[in-house]
Amino acid sequence: MASQISAVHTPSVALSKYRDQHFKGSRHEQEKLLRLSSTLYIGNLSFYTTEEQIHELFSRCGDVRRIVMGLDKFKKTPCGFCFVEYYARMDAESAMRYINGTRLDDRIVRVDWDAGFVEGRQYGRGKTGGQVRDEYRQDHDLGRGGYGKMVQMGQLGAPTMRD
Amino acid sequence: MNRRRAYEDDGDFYGERNKKRRRVSENQEMEERLETLILRVGENSTSSLESNLEGLVSVLESDLGNFRSKILRILSECPIKMPEKCTIYSTMVGLMNAKNYNFGGEFVEYMVKTFKDSLKQCQWDAARYALRFLADLVNCHVISTNSLLQLLDSMVDAANEDNVPQVRRDWYVFAVLSTLPWVGRELYEKKESALENLLVRIEVFLNKRTKKHHNALRVWSVDAPHPQEEYLDCLWAQIRKLRQDNWTEKHIPRPYLAFDSVLCEALQHNIPVIHPPPHQDSFEYPMPWVVYRMFDYTDCPPGPILPGAHSIERFLIEEHLHSIIETHRWERKDCAIHLLYLSYKEKIPLEYCIVEVIFAELFHMPTPRYLEICYGSILIELCKQQPSKMPQVLAQATEILFMRIDSMNTSCFDRFVNWFSYHLSNFQFRWSWDDWDSCLLLENEHPRPKFIQEVLLKCLRFSYHDRFKEMMPEGYAKLIPKPPMPHYKYSMEGAASLPGTATAHKLVVAIRQKCNAEDVLNELNDLPILGDSSETEMTETTFNPLKIDVFVQTLLNLGSKSFSHTFAAISKFHTVFKSLAETEEAQICILHNMFELWVDHQQMMVVIVDKLLKVQIVECSAVATWVFSKEMVGEFTKMYLWEILHLTIKKMNQHVTKLSREMNEAKDKLARTAESSSSESEDEASTNPQRRRKNADGSGEKPTEEQVERMEEKLEAAYVEQKRLFLIIFQRFIMILSEHLVKCDTDGRDYDTDWYRWTIGRLQQVFMMHHEQVQKYSSTLEGLLFTSDLDPHILDVFHQFTALRA
Repeated sequence: MASQISAVHTPSVALSKYRDQHFKGSRHEQEKLLRLSSTLYIGNLSFYTTEEQIHELFSRCGDVRRIVMGLDKFKKTPCGFCFVEYYARMDAESAMRYINGTRLDDRIVRVDWDAGFVEGRQYGRGKTGGQVRDEYRQDHDLGRGGYGKMVQMGQLGAPTMRD
Repeated sequence: MNRRRAYEDDGDFYGERNKKRRRVSENQEMEERLETLILRVGENSTSSLESNLEGLVSVLESDLGNFRSKILRILSECPIKMPEKCTIYSTMVGLMNAKNYNFGGEFVEYMVKTFKDSLKQCQWDAARYALRFLADLVNCHVISTNSLLQLLDSMVDAANEDNVPQVRRDWYVFAVLSTLPWVGRELYEKKESALENLLVRIEVFLNKRTKKHHNALRVWSVDAPHPQEEYLDCLWAQIRKLRQDNWTEKHIPRPYLAFDSVLCEALQHNIPVIHPPPHQDSFEYPMPWVVYRMFDYTDCPPGPILPGAHSIERFLIEEHLHSIIETHRWERKDCAIHLLYLSYKEKIPLEYCIVEVIFAELFHMPTPRYLEICYGSILIELCKQQPSKMPQVLAQATEILFMRIDSMNTSCFDRFVNWFSYHLSNFQFRWSWDDWDSCLLLENEHPRPKFIQEVLLKCLRFSYHDRFKEMMPEGYAKLIPKPPMPHYKYSMEGAASLPGTATAHKLVVAIRQKCNAEDVLNELNDLPILGDSSETEMTETTFNPLKIDVFVQTLLNLGSKSFSHTFAAISKFHTVFKSLAETEEAQICILHNMFELWVDHQQMMVVIVDKLLKVQIVECSAVATWVFSKEMVGEFTKMYLWEILHLTIKKMNQHVTKLSREMNEAKDKLARTAESSSSESEDEASTNPQRRRKNADGSGEKPTEEQVERMEEKLEAAYVEQKRLFLIIFQRFIMILSEHLVKCDTDGRDYDTDWYRWTIGRLQQVFMMHHEQVQKYSSTLEGLLFTSDLDPHILDVFHQFTALRA
């Protein structure tokens, strides 16, 4: 189904600086898809946030086509992100405008454009199976398994990564 | 925290375009500078507004030679796009007219054309702001009072035409009234009797108009403590008060007063006689509204006083706030900033005005202008930016709304539930529940406990069941929803005595071993058709309620882990569903079995019904019939059931809209290619690939007449289905409401029970939520269902609905 670019381009719906390193195609192609996409990446979820909770919130912006939960590559359990696909781009834009930076399950969530779900992208890309950010972070986050993996494994001196 | 590498910000398409190096002519740069200067005038500056205006005017003067048409265009657009800056632009035009009479004349002509065009294009807000600007130009000695009065009189003439919709006539009077705060004083000083005549004419008009629509638009059914005034009534009362005060108006900034000595020397122009474009059937006019009020000055803490309900200031402030929301609805941070930094914020209890206006939009009937979550997120942003005041005002507003919930209409009740649960989910569900515990003494169907119950059900969707123990005081136990677990009877106590248990267990094993649809059907074949054997011989359908029971409950229970699991299960055994659900009766049976399993997980039922409709296992009409079925009587006043009905109606509406759009696109293409093929040679058409147009289905060829015909047929069939759906729903409503009214009459009971109010409220909600689609069938509904012999309580709801567009 053709998704149309919104006529109202304001900062909330602009592309962020993130580009998927594993994207099969050129940077230009990726950006083209991002501008037409009606799929969103949702980040900073708790490991315990359910599909049902995500559905309730994101349905308030329009009909959700599907939700794909992000999973730990080995454990196959939720690891704190997901994809939300709408039928209409307009609805995805609404989520960027009204949900990004608000709370779901008590956590501020990040909503960003995604070029489109492809099988395999539901898995964390960190070495230990979760998201990369959980490998290196040094804070204690109860909803995301406590300390980052490198801290947990006693590997001090892990580089501090900016978000 | 993450390893996403920061790349240069070359990603934003629009940014790219701006950053591309390109050759700009000096002219183009100049034009853009001029535009910016004009757009930005009056905004943050170290120098005074007067000197800014003087400076800009002399710049424009000198540039008139090269940029005349651009300047004309921008100066006429700005007061429409930024109506709150109307007086700034009228002052500019006034100063330019004082120096250059010809420019003034040209501008007036241009502005008149702009006004007329907006009337022709049904751009009602633009037209109103244009009219207001023309009126303000009288204050700046650009336009004569006589010719303005003539224009206003011809607007009132339009309001007095016969055989045109009332909404049109109302708009013309509304437009005239909304210019008077700007120009009333000037007209009073110079042409008092003509102004009086105008007002008398308007008063006569207002006394004659019907306001049947009023009740449909009210948020609360009672007028205490604040009346829900019809919008024209309210504005008229405000203008009357202004007139009583000799048109002294202090709220609107008037920069032209500082330039009076210059402006009064200017020669004025006359507006040519304008005839409003006559009504056409295709014209759509704004619908009426009520002025939403929830606060008066007693609600506000000591400080600046909230202007009274009939003060013109209240009108001006509210209009301004609504216009800020309209302009900044795409960026909630900007919206909050603009709302909080009004130039006159020190003079009013700002947070109260803002909160009142936002709830006005949220509760607007028939439907809010924007997404409900837009308002919710703006309120959250406001709390973030004004943490010392906004949260308290919002809490106070919530209290007020809860106290008055007994008389709130059902559509607004739903929106209040949705908003409050969403808001709580952003603030750890913290609320002073104890303050409301008197509601626990009321019947569960009473709006107050019902509100809390529905809020908790929504909060459950946002969180999880155990959360309630922390959240709620003990007394609220009876309102807390049950844990959202499935009830699979085939593995519960007593399962042994059920007829389907053995098959159910076999099915579970088979499905876990990854069997296919055929295997499932084979297992189900073991099940007998229960009931009267003589009946079963007569029916030829494969409708076997027991098969449906065992299959649906078993499968959905196996997929109960999450929505995705359920959807995967439905998808995998889609063909089984299809073969079992050939009739409407069978489809209703599927829905009923879903309900038996998932009675305690409302959200799950909503998404399952949505899915079943989407993959066409059940039809919209089956869902509608199921909602009104005997089995669902106990659920009838629960919000989720109406969530289901409305999503069903929406699906039907979307289906119709899609087919209609596709057909129109195809028709257009057919017409265009017919035109172009007659004007171009065959050779040209075949060698020029850009001439190829895409069909609605994506094929590269132009549509054939046959294809368009088939589309028309499909659309016709869809209309029939849609009409049938509405007829089913309205007919059921009429039946159950009539039954109730008759029964109460014969039993000598009061009909006005909680159930009655909820039900009549749901009937009204169907009209309001889907008014655009329903109104297509108004005459059918009137002829078939809403006939004059119907109980007036029911008939009234229909009449209020039709009055919205009368």
